[in-house]
Amino acid sequence: MADDPATAVADDAREDAHEQPAEPELLYGAPVTWMRGQQVIHPSRADAKAVLKSARDDGFLMCIDIAGVDYLTFGERSSAEGSERPIVSPTAIPVDELRRRRSLPEGITPDRFEVVINLLRFADSSRLRVRVQVPADDPTFPTVTDLWFGADAMEREVFDLFGIEFTDHPDLSRILMPEDWVGHPLRKDFNSGRIPVQFKGDPSGEGS
Amino acid sequence: MGADGSPAAQTFEGRQEMTSAALTSAVAKLRESGAVMRMTEEASQQVQETFDGDPTGDERMIMNMGPQHPSTHGVLRLMLELEGETVLRVKPVIGYLHTGMEWTGEELTYLQGPTNVTRMDYASPIFNELVFCLTVEKLLGVEVPERATWIRMLMAELNRMASHLLFMATNGMDLGAVSMMLYGWREREEVLRFFEMVTGLRMNHNYIRCGGVAADLPDGWRDHVLRLLDMIPPRLDEYDTLMTGQPIWRDRLQGVGAITAEECVALGVTGPILRSTGYAWDLRRDDPYLAYDEVDFDVVVGTYGDCFDRYAIRLNEIRESIRIVRQVLDKMPKGDYRVQDRKVTPPPRARIDESMEALIHHFKIFTEGFKVPEGEAYCAVESPRGELGCYIVSDGSSHPYRMHIRAPSFVNLQSLPHMMHGGLIADGVAVISSVDPIMGEVDR
Repeated sequence: MADDPATAVADDAREDAHEQPAEPELLYGAPVTWMRGQQVIHPSRADAKAVLKSARDDGFLMCIDIAGVDYLTFGERSSAEGSERPIVSPTAIPVDELRRRRSLPEGITPDRFEVVINLLRFADSSRLRVRVQVPADDPTFPTVTDLWFGADAMEREVFDLFGIEFTDHPDLSRILMPEDWVGHPLRKDFNSGRIPVQFKGDPSGEGS
Repeated sequence: MGADGSPAAQTFEGRQEMTSAALTSAVAKLRESGAVMRMTEEASQQVQETFDGDPTGDERMIMNMGPQHPSTHGVLRLMLELEGETVLRVKPVIGYLHTGMEWTGEELTYLQGPTNVTRMDYASPIFNELVFCLTVEKLLGVEVPERATWIRMLMAELNRMASHLLFMATNGMDLGAVSMMLYGWREREEVLRFFEMVTGLRMNHNYIRCGGVAADLPDGWRDHVLRLLDMIPPRLDEYDTLMTGQPIWRDRLQGVGAITAEECVALGVTGPILRSTGYAWDLRRDDPYLAYDEVDFDVVVGTYGDCFDRYAIRLNEIRESIRIVRQVLDKMPKGDYRVQDRKVTPPPRARIDESMEALIHHFKIFTEGFKVPEGEAYCAVESPRGELGCYIVSDGSSHPYRMHIRAPSFVNLQSLPHMMHGGLIADGVAVISSVDPIMGEVDR
């Protein structure tokens, strides 16, 4: 097979394409990256719903997991630890550098929040990860409970811990934290550990 | 004012406190002497005559079950809407055990990480450590030695047995088979004894570490496992006699809490619940990790998706695990039990006395930790409860930037309202038990 000139040319072309992608790879209209052999797509928030719908129609029948990530201080700790890199505020990192470090494709602007959805296709045991950027000044995301009903609890968890509001969610309320909790504890600016005592005093107001 | 002059609590019936008998009037004494219904027949008659609603119309009530209910396996609270004894709606309320372990995971180094995650699903801690380490190894690009992989498989399958034996025990107790409770714990204890021999701890082992396992298997491990494998199958046959074929047990479980494969897929439910519907989905076979593609085992499935199928699946999965462990014993390779990369795993204790480099590496790993290249990865394993996943984002430092655990119990709990709908409240206990939720994992 290797002697076949046509195959050899095709192989060369593929290798070239791999080294210098002329056209970015697209899946369901969203740019694709490969991270440690795992397929990731990066739709914009406006397209996310349509992309997820076509993914589901393409056989991704189970929504395995939804996670939130707050990239507010991304890189702060690593630059503080390593002596090679000077300590810089993440906001001072240029966008191209940040995009590379967060392994985002060209054309995607890194935002503070990210909603990461893991999908599973039973037919060929393949997985697809969908990373969507969510800006800090408008932390909302269209709910996917109409596509996968099981996303209900997962979205509530992300809302509870990150404060990302899932619009049109049937019952968006806190799930892990107490209902009267102020703030979203997994946000990097939550100041975890600095709250002196919680649950002080009983609700009746007598004694504390 | 009370008898001693202190202010008495006022209720709509009068004062709350007891006074001395000498000061109590005859009418009050009569009320206190065992009167449960305080309404006289005359008054009761009057109420019935003046009641203008339909007495049979509205029997609905909202009832809280838990968070301290013994059959909720910890601190699960269920808000039930009942009509008589029939369950109309269920809303699981969770979070009572939320301790922010995902946040803690971001504060600990990758080396300390398994200590944290092992406490999530405390009935199957090995799986938590395993999925965390697999994800970190994927980010590091480290290839784990063959012996470490097989030791991990051995421990994971033994842990699956222990976890399912615990299920046998609690499932029995929830349904009134209290002797089963004792037998299940007894057999589980035998498995934990082996864990104690290998890891030093019965639970929360912190045995599986990034790059391999913490220590090699001790002398005599093979005999211990063989003794275990000879002891447990006859006991499982006893369980069959005690429960599987028993009419009361079957009546209590068959047809109770049925769920379909479509519902499971839509809800994201995995593990024995999904398999009980007849859908053969097991990550060990369908998306093999470790060396599960080199061992021979069957994926046990049910037919009706009811509580009995879930019970039978777990019972038979213990048998399949025994089958896998026997093959692991035969195929256990020799070699390193952890990767010999001094940037990831600490050097052997003896080397520290001889080599300066070893001392530096040891010091660096235990103070600063090892650094993981930038990137993000998701790995999943088949835990006894379903797909256990771990998503880690690394920013190139020695701590995970974000560590998220996809807990099977958390997602599986969503199936409770579907399985309990229209059933009796007594069957609800059987359904909760058959989901086998571990609240430490649900709330994390």
